[in-house]
Amino acid sequence: MSTVLRGVRPLGGDPADILVVDGVIADIGRVEVPADARQVDADGLIALPGLVDLHTHLREPGREDAETVLTGTRAAAAGGFTAVHAMANTDPVADTAGVVEQVWRLGQEAGYCDVAPVGAVTVGIAGQQLAELGAMADSAAQVRVFSDDGHCVADAALMRRALEYVKAFDGVIAQHAQEPSLTVGAQMNEGALSGELGLTGWPAAAEEAIVARDILLAAHVDSRVHICHVSTAGSVELIRWAKSKGWPVTAEVTPHHLLLTEDLARSYDPRFKVNPPLRSAGDVEAVREGLADGTIDIVATDHAPHPAEAKDCEWAVAAFGMLGLETALSVVQKTMVDPGRLTWAGLAERMAVAPARIGRLAHHGRPLAVGEPASLVLVDPGVQRTVLAQESLSRSRNTPYAGLELPGAIAMTLLRGQATFAALGEDGA
Amino acid sequence: MQHLLSTADLTRDEAILVLDTAEEMARLTDRAIKKLPTLRGRTVVNLFFEDSTRTRTSFELAAKRLSADVINFSAKGSSLSKGESLKDTALTLEAMGSDAIVVRHSASGAAHRLATAGWVSSRIVNAGDGTHEHPTQALLDAFTMRRHLGDLEGRRVVIVGDVLHSRVARSNVHLLHRLGAHVTVVGPPTLMPVGIDTWPCSVGYDLDAALPDADAVTMLRVQAERMTASYFPSAREYARRYGLDAVRLTTLPDHAVVLHPGPMNRGMEITADVADCDRSVIVEQVGNGVLVRMAVLYLLLGGSTEEEDR
Amino acid sequence: MSRVLMSAADIGRAVTRIGFEVLERNRGTAGLVLLGIPRRGVPLAARLGAQIARSEGPVPIGSLDITMYRDDLRLRPARALEPTDIPPEGIDDRTVVLVDDVLYSGRTVKSALTALDDIGRPASVQLAVLVDRGHRELPIRPDYVGKNVPTSRSESVRVLLSETDGRDEVVLARRES
Repeated sequence: MSTVLRGVRPLGGDPADILVVDGVIADIGRVEVPADARQVDADGLIALPGLVDLHTHLREPGREDAETVLTGTRAAAAGGFTAVHAMANTDPVADTAGVVEQVWRLGQEAGYCDVAPVGAVTVGIAGQQLAELGAMADSAAQVRVFSDDGHCVADAALMRRALEYVKAFDGVIAQHAQEPSLTVGAQMNEGALSGELGLTGWPAAAEEAIVARDILLAAHVDSRVHICHVSTAGSVELIRWAKSKGWPVTAEVTPHHLLLTEDLARSYDPRFKVNPPLRSAGDVEAVREGLADGTIDIVATDHAPHPAEAKDCEWAVAAFGMLGLETALSVVQKTMVDPGRLTWAGLAERMAVAPARIGRLAHHGRPLAVGEPASLVLVDPGVQRTVLAQESLSRSRNTPYAGLELPGAIAMTLLRGQATFAALGEDGA
Repeated sequence: MQHLLSTADLTRDEAILVLDTAEEMARLTDRAIKKLPTLRGRTVVNLFFEDSTRTRTSFELAAKRLSADVINFSAKGSSLSKGESLKDTALTLEAMGSDAIVVRHSASGAAHRLATAGWVSSRIVNAGDGTHEHPTQALLDAFTMRRHLGDLEGRRVVIVGDVLHSRVARSNVHLLHRLGAHVTVVGPPTLMPVGIDTWPCSVGYDLDAALPDADAVTMLRVQAERMTASYFPSAREYARRYGLDAVRLTTLPDHAVVLHPGPMNRGMEITADVADCDRSVIVEQVGNGVLVRMAVLYLLLGGSTEEEDR
Repeated sequence: MSRVLMSAADIGRAVTRIGFEVLERNRGTAGLVLLGIPRRGVPLAARLGAQIARSEGPVPIGSLDITMYRDDLRLRPARALEPTDIPPEGIDDRTVVLVDDVLYSGRTVKSALTALDDIGRPASVQLAVLVDRGHRELPIRPDYVGKNVPTSRSESVRVLLSETDGRDEVVLARRES
């Protein structure tokens, strides 16, 4: 089974044809087209390695009313992703080999993208006792990323042990940095606006205090730490400092933290309620700067689906979280590529290559070269589209971008040569 | 005026209109028949998710004096206690045909949600949402001050207490500033919100320094039920540093008045003798509350509403 | 295109005459209360009261805002209230003379009668107007009239008083559409 992508621009470069045979890139450039090959007119489209999300919530098992592995990965494929890491805060929590293998298998059965389950750091994400990290690493799911995301591993001694323990299998602890005692009942970024709106504040210092602590711990025990959803200027500075020392720290930023600010809370519309919260314009500028200069290694969506009743209510009782898989590439194009802060090659590094590297996914984030798996995404950078919540492939509708116009559209996503997503109107021969 | 959600949204003219209208409502209490037919046929729902007999009865009396039908929907004794959502409650009221909903809720922004989510077409009056705003309280406070001090332009008002958690403080600061008064908030630094330097008021931590210049002092209830811990070391220290007692009363100018939104913690932020002294207008505030709420309901419902225009 | 119906002197003479008529009809000032209907009924009531005081003696004067008793409340957004000031003597068992500038459909007077119901029980109610322009929609009739002016509905009658408008004049104009 072969496919030819005609006239595509790999990493935004000069047009070329890409020949895919049996799930592998067979030729690039002026290719010899086999007679039975399916032809795809990709004129004007940019080809990137299939995107890899290091931070997604697929909600299954336990919260299938919000999302399932099937619906979540289908949305991921529509967003150009060929691999996603499914966070562990499910019900039951993914803290045993059994649960992570279940999630892994569900991903395989759905077939839309590879699902790499994230294992919880602590049993039940209760922050008390280490989960069986080794068993999860050895399981069929081959877990390498561990996170209590949703909660912070707050106990310093426990975090130290976790960092040390995962060295045995090249694992990484992904920390949700939020000092719990400073954020009791917190609803939005702490600042003049939270005081005005009467919403309990979530101070930047509560994130930065944990970031500082954990980069020091990671350096001390010489183990990798990954900082989830960096949201403040102070965190970016701390990570920059850590990297200048050569310490084993990586970091991610979400698309919404690249684009949206706390002012949206004025509407009291819980679509804009998220953890960590939307911050100030200064913080948004700092994370963009950090992503551009490599201080922040990757973009990760923190796709967090919620059923309607969890958002159709007053702010204080609404759930935290926003959808992200289907709009991630467009938001990064809007905030980083179109203004000239990143090239398409730079975007590929941050949304495919580096996430695969951090997650130790051998077959993703590969170069667009002969012999590599044909896991790619074709992007049409020129279109503008208005985001409509009703059109989402996710089971949930809590996107903060509803009604917004965003650039770029995914034309096709290929997972090992199979199209997992194709926009309507794509030409096949 | 379509809704009354916050004093921050009121223009100076709108605020003065409410106060002047309340003055006219005051003449009503001189009559034998204390009723006006103006809101006959209108239905006002008191939707109280938080306990408050005082405010609820004030609104109820205001609505009834204007001949409106009143329904009290409180969190206890209805399906709300089983956890019916704000949205479903609102849809139920809409189906029953309420013209105005007076809502008190523990979540900041709840009134705003009711006004903008598209669940109801009623006029919304915010009777207190979380720690955000309590506009009718500020209006009745300003009405009371105006009665004793005249025009509030240039007057100095001191607000003392837990500003961080106080919707009364926020509403008062916005409204008094709009009316031209100069406001100083006083309290321990732990009870001042981050960013208060952006508010249109001065901030002080020393009560004794602020009193000699004040034309009016509002003591806020120190709300034990809203606090977790460590905002101040003890009730005794709070009362000593920020409580209004008879000694501090003597440092106030002779014409100055003392207000409190109630309910009072006698012995904490205010001593019994100050609460009951002749400079305290606390009881008068309650009566003025009915007048101001009558004015608000009249201005929201007394004329045409959108449905009738269509 | 407008026409002056009453000059300042005409208005003065009308008020004087009405003052005498009120005293004649009520055989003196006993039990009288003048209530002006805002806005311009209020200065008119004050002038009428001053005229009566000059002739025989003072009578209580007040104002009666009818905004909240209007039958057309729901047709427009809520209107600002005008002052209602009932003299301390009250209206129970008294003769209330309502004073207004123009009598037209009669609905304002009907609202005033309804308002009086909630204040007390007068012995009787009389009506004094500066101008009666006809086109009654209700069975209301004035007791004292400054000037009868037949008008068409396409015309408007404007009473200007020095207390509210800086000069005394009654003007008839074609209504702008």
